[in-house]
Formats: sequence, C-alpha cells, structure tokens
Amino acid sequence: MSAIRVPVVEKILSANDRMADENRFLLDQNNVFSINIMASPGAGKTSFILQTIKHLSNEFKIGVIEGDTAPVTIDADKIIKAGMPAVQINTGGDCHLEAAMLSDGIKQLPLNELDVMIVENVGNLICPAAWYLGTHINLLVASVPEGDDKPYKYPNIYRGLNVLIINKTDLTPYVEYNMDYFRKGVELLNPGLITFPLSCRTGDGVDAWAEWLKTQVKQYRQGK
Amino acid sequence: MHELSVTESILNLALENANKAQAVKVTGINLVIGQLSSIVDDSIQFYWDTISEDTICQGAKLSFNRIPAVLQCQDCKKEYSIAQELTPCPVCGSYRSVIIHGEEFYLDSIEIEKDQEMIK
Ligand SMILES: Nc1nc2c(ncn2[C@@H]2O[C@H](COP(=O)(O)OP(=O)(O)OP(=O)(O)O)[C@@H](O)[C@H]2O)c(=O)[nH]1
Ligand SMILES: [Mg+2]
Ligand SMILES: [Zn+2]
Repeated sequence: MSAIRVPVVEKILSANDRMADENRFLLDQNNVFSINIMASPGAGKTSFILQTIKHLSNEFKIGVIEGDTAPVTIDADKIIKAGMPAVQINTGGDCHLEAAMLSDGIKQLPLNELDVMIVENVGNLICPAAWYLGTHINLLVASVPEGDDKPYKYPNIYRGLNVLIINKTDLTPYVEYNMDYFRKGVELLNPGLITFPLSCRTGDGVDAWAEWLKTQVKQYRQGK
Repeated sequence: MHELSVTESILNLALENANKAQAVKVTGINLVIGQLSSIVDDSIQFYWDTISEDTICQGAKLSFNRIPAVLQCQDCKKEYSIAQELTPCPVCGSYRSVIIHGEEFYLDSIEIEKDQEMIK
C-alpha cells in the first residue's frame, strides 16, 4: 500500500464557525443585537451585565446567556432576579464557550421579545478568544486589580475586541495600576479601540457605556 | 487550554475527508499553525493519541508546519518578522502594525491509504 496525499485546506475550527454563522442568522432574523463578554474570573462580568440592565431596562429587553464550567446557576439567578430572562450553560469543564453550546442557549431564550442578547463567556483570557460564537461584538471587561500588564501578556484576546471596559476604577487609589501603560499596550494591539473606564460598584462611567450601546443598537437596526 | 476541543475538531475534519476519499487508513495529518496562535503541539499530540484510538486515524503522524509571525508596519510599510509580541518596526520604530502571517490555523492535507482491491 502506498500513501496518498489528500489536500484539505480547511480551517480547523470551521465546524464551529459554521455553527456560529447559524447563530448569527437566528439573531439577525429576530433583530437581536448580541454581545460576547469575555474577562478573567471575577473581573466583574456579571456585575457589568447587571449595571447594563439597570441603565437600559426601560429601553431594551435584554436576554443573558451565562457560561460556566461548573453546573451552578449563581450568575443566571442574579439576572433573573433583575427581571431579565437568563439561561445558564454548563461547559462541562471546558475553558470557553463554543458556538454549538451557544446555539443550545439561544434556543431557550425568547428571541422574538429581545432587543439585546448578552453572553457571559467563561472567565478566562486565553481560550474564549479562539472561538467565534456568531455574536455581533466582542467585549472584554478588564479590571484595575488584575494589573496593568494584561494586554502585554494576553495579546490575542485584545486583538479581537470591538469594545473594552476597564472596571473597578474605584479601586485605583488602593492598587498600583498605571492606566497609561495599560492603554498603550491596548493601543499597540488594537489601535483606536473604544474604551470605557467605569465602576460597577459606584456606577461611575456606566452612563457613557449605556449611551454607546444604545447607539450601536440603533445603527444595527438601521443597517438591516 | 482548549487543545482537547481543537484536537477533536482536527479528528472530525480528518475523518470526514478520509471517508470522502474512501481511505482505509490515515497515516499522516499535516497542520499549518501560525506562531501567534496559542496552541501547544505536545498537548495536541497527547490528546490525539487518546481520541484517535479505534478510528482509521489511529497511529497517524501529526506534522506541525509552524508559520513565523510577520507584521507590516502601517507607517513605513516595511514587513518584519518578530520573535515576540509587541515588537516595534525595526526601521521606523512604529508600533502600528498589522499581522500578515502568524494567525494560520488549518488542516492542510491528510495522508491516506486505500484498499488495493478498490484501486484496481
Ligand atoms: N470594588 C469593586 N468591586 C467590584 C466592581 N465590580 C465588581 N466587583 C466585585 O468583584 C467581584 C466579582 O464580580 P462578578 O461580577 O461576580 O465577576 P465575574 O467576572 O462575573 O466573575 P465570574 O463569573 O466568577 O468569572 C464581586 O465581589 C463584585 O462585587 C467594581 O467596580 N468595584
Ligand atoms: Mg459572572
Ligand atoms: Zn516602520
């Protein structure tokens, strides 16, 4: 027997990408603007989603998909308590959400009633960046106590972002954090990236983010 | 890290293409992976040995063609290769660059064997 070479030339994650395209199609069909939120564990993803709901609940119905590696519903319960529909997906130990998992979650949300869908990805700065989910934008919640060197250490996640949140600005007096150094790193990886420093604790700066999101949703609807 | 999911994707893609080509055995998997993708060859090999067991891919040799990262300076248009992230342009010192190579992440080809009888 002799070996034959069969050309393939296909992206390794092409099956995921196809699934992601289906997710996007479903969202667009229902006019739902969607956000994939990434961050390290504890950066404040859930707090940020709750603040967003608080600021925009009069204008938008926001559905949330909570991704976690363990079978807990802690984060989803908080969202439901805040009056919005939420679905918890358990990745079964996986370090990131994949498009197929999101697809299961999307189908459990009342898509036709929603204006915005927010996905809270698994807390991790490396893996989620590699998996396209089909959402309209990628957002990272960085937080002050994590340190100002994160763009230099986790460049891949910063490259794929559409918007950046710097959370826990209320803690700047207590931790060593050079905002200029942080933002320079971001600028190198993703020039001109729109950035909102804010505090989910005090609510400082959340207004600017909420206004920006409103504009994005409006543009999204007009662009269709 | 997400090497397990990546390895599963490689296996599915390889099996799909091997079946299409009516292979009886897959002996080689040729991957092209850019320097900037955060994938560890050894752990892919490790997962591969486990998950390819009892498939026609069992024992196939994984080859990694690593593509070095090449950036292009947006100010002077010079292309340059980098050993590590966030390296400025060696000509003009600018940090404004775009990635030309280094993000590749695909299955290039597979090596298969066919049943001799069927070829005849
Ligand atoms: N001081 C301060 N604490 C905050 C702020 N935002 C969130 N926290 C706290 O940070 C901790 C983690 O917040 P979460 O919102 O649960 O973070 P998360 O990213 O969703 O965490 P995981 O889902 O577990 O990865 C909680 O104790 C929050 O109260 C902030 O702006 N300032
Ligand atoms: Mg959370
Ligand atoms: Zn230059």
